[in-house]
Amino acid sequence: MNMLNRRTFVSTIVGLALVASAPFALADDKKMYIPLISKGFQHQFWQAVKSGADQAAEEFGVDITFEGPDNETMVDRQIDMLSAGLAKKPAAIGFAALDSQAAIPLLKQAKKAGIPIVAFDSGVESDIPVSTATTNNVAAAALAADKMSELIGGKGKVAIVAHDQTSRTGIDRRDGFMNRMKEKHPGIEVVSVQYGAGDQLQSTEISKSILTAYPDLKGMFGTNEGSAIGVVNGARESARKGLIIIGYDSGAAQKKAIMDGLMAGAITQNPVGIGYETVKAAVMSARGEKVELLIDTGFYYYDAKTINDPKIAAVLYD
Amino acid sequence: MTSTDISNQPSLLRRLISGDAQQKLLAFASLVLLLIGFSIASPNFMQVSNIIAILQASSVNGVLAIAATLVIITGGIDLSVGTMMTFCAVIAGVVLTYAGLPLPFGILAAILAGAFCGLCSGTLVAKLKIPPFIATLGMMLILKGLSLVISGTRPIYFNETAGFDLISRGSIIGYFFPSLPIPNGVLILFLVAISVSYILSRTVLGRYCFALGSNEESVRLSGVNTDRWKMAIYALSGAIVGIGGLLIASRLNSAQPALGLGYELEAIAAVVIGGTSLSGGRGTILGTLIGALIMAVLINGLRILSVAQEWQTVVTGVIIILAVYADMMRRRKSG
Repeated sequence: MNMLNRRTFVSTIVGLALVASAPFALADDKKMYIPLISKGFQHQFWQAVKSGADQAAEEFGVDITFEGPDNETMVDRQIDMLSAGLAKKPAAIGFAALDSQAAIPLLKQAKKAGIPIVAFDSGVESDIPVSTATTNNVAAAALAADKMSELIGGKGKVAIVAHDQTSRTGIDRRDGFMNRMKEKHPGIEVVSVQYGAGDQLQSTEISKSILTAYPDLKGMFGTNEGSAIGVVNGARESARKGLIIIGYDSGAAQKKAIMDGLMAGAITQNPVGIGYETVKAAVMSARGEKVELLIDTGFYYYDAKTINDPKIAAVLYD
Repeated sequence: MTSTDISNQPSLLRRLISGDAQQKLLAFASLVLLLIGFSIASPNFMQVSNIIAILQASSVNGVLAIAATLVIITGGIDLSVGTMMTFCAVIAGVVLTYAGLPLPFGILAAILAGAFCGLCSGTLVAKLKIPPFIATLGMMLILKGLSLVISGTRPIYFNETAGFDLISRGSIIGYFFPSLPIPNGVLILFLVAISVSYILSRTVLGRYCFALGSNEESVRLSGVNTDRWKMAIYALSGAIVGIGGLLIASRLNSAQPALGLGYELEAIAAVVIGGTSLSGGRGTILGTLIGALIMAVLINGLRILSVAQEWQTVVTGVIIILAVYADMMRRRKSG
């Protein structure tokens, strides 16, 4: 009886793992297989990248998988995903590095095995990737600075709520915004830059304290979805009227804030395009065709008037 | 055969399949079955390079889980192992990269930093009588914050310290047997496991570790300074976490100050899959090691089979519950 029970449990454990995986195991036989190792997985932004990748996979007749760690600090988990991806002997790999240095040994291994790497979202500081599909974040944040200047009339105090100070995107967006203000809009002073880890609640608290500290603040820039929502929440909770808020990326909450007039507008990247171009470049390089070293996937500024423009609506996500 | 017979003459076979040995057998059998199952399901699973990747993926979690096992056997819990690991890695970064001292100092500093943090937790628990859950929750946050403060929220790279990346990535075994390039990180995991196993089974510290978990009050009443032993166990656990910090820093060739939150739960999961009781007094290092391997094999195998990531998480959760339930059922029947 005792023995029987134990066996049942053990076989249930194994059975469950296998049953769950069987349908997937059968699929990857003849078609070209390309794993995408992303920086994240659960955020709407990454889901939009995935949808672009799926679209390209269907178009080019290849199989893809899309994986990323639970949060953007888990560098070692991403390395494990990359090494599992390599073990599957793929035709090519798409990779958005959390920390490019940490991944170099594996990327070298891929190069030795003749597996082309396509970097996406943020670059890898190495010459191994055959191509990088990304947004020019510096130029995109500079556009946000131009719009901010236009909306507050070229002078006054503004603040930045950024998502982090270590990642490439965080640095580029912050510096892109600040440098443009210094160069082109001397009447505007960036009085505070704070970091909320892209966490909505944390960014809300940060925004409220900035608003308390600077009663004459004219505008705020949130450097990603979570930061931007945080700024909107902070302004709402502090009952601050007339503050010009510019956000980044989209998402249902941010789109609604723009429609309701709480937010002036936002920069959107083209996540669907990032996913699509990554898979396309991976397929092409696996076939031995030449690909561009840098693929600019583009960005737009949108506001309540342009949000339904087909060109923009196509790259926004909920 | 009646029960008196068994207690009078425990046959070797009986002893092997009873008690802790039985639990290890159960966990080990699950591990083997998983390996066989995945090998059948995908030809890419059973390759030397992939098995090495699995071992490497389990090295950090394995070391943290061994550290957590010690504290859990005393009837405590340690929520700080993940961020403590990061803290130790940052300390190694400060000593090696900022101060430019030679490699052995960095290694020593990381291990001592861990032992000191462990001693702090131990003091909070033993002397101030703060429940382990709360004391280590506090430590978890303190260490997370300190890692960020000390590093200036930037990763510290070890590019200037020659040989640092070899701690985890190099391979002494591969040097002697070129066909078996098992990374040093895995070797270190096994060395830690063997040492701690020895301490638990052969030393006074090990005996008190179990005694504290089974019945602290009676140990105290028999005249033992339980506080001191408890603090020693927490410090030892911390030193092992320090080794984990070195392993992850070496593997990433950097100390990532924001990393670490969530790792404590995976370590605890490996401990319970390995049959260690969360109520204390019972547990083995071999079980924990197998628990860590089961988790690494499971995740790697599901990835190799291209199972969607959301389902990987579900399956892992189910496995943890099944493993603990199976263990409870067996215990209820046998005891």
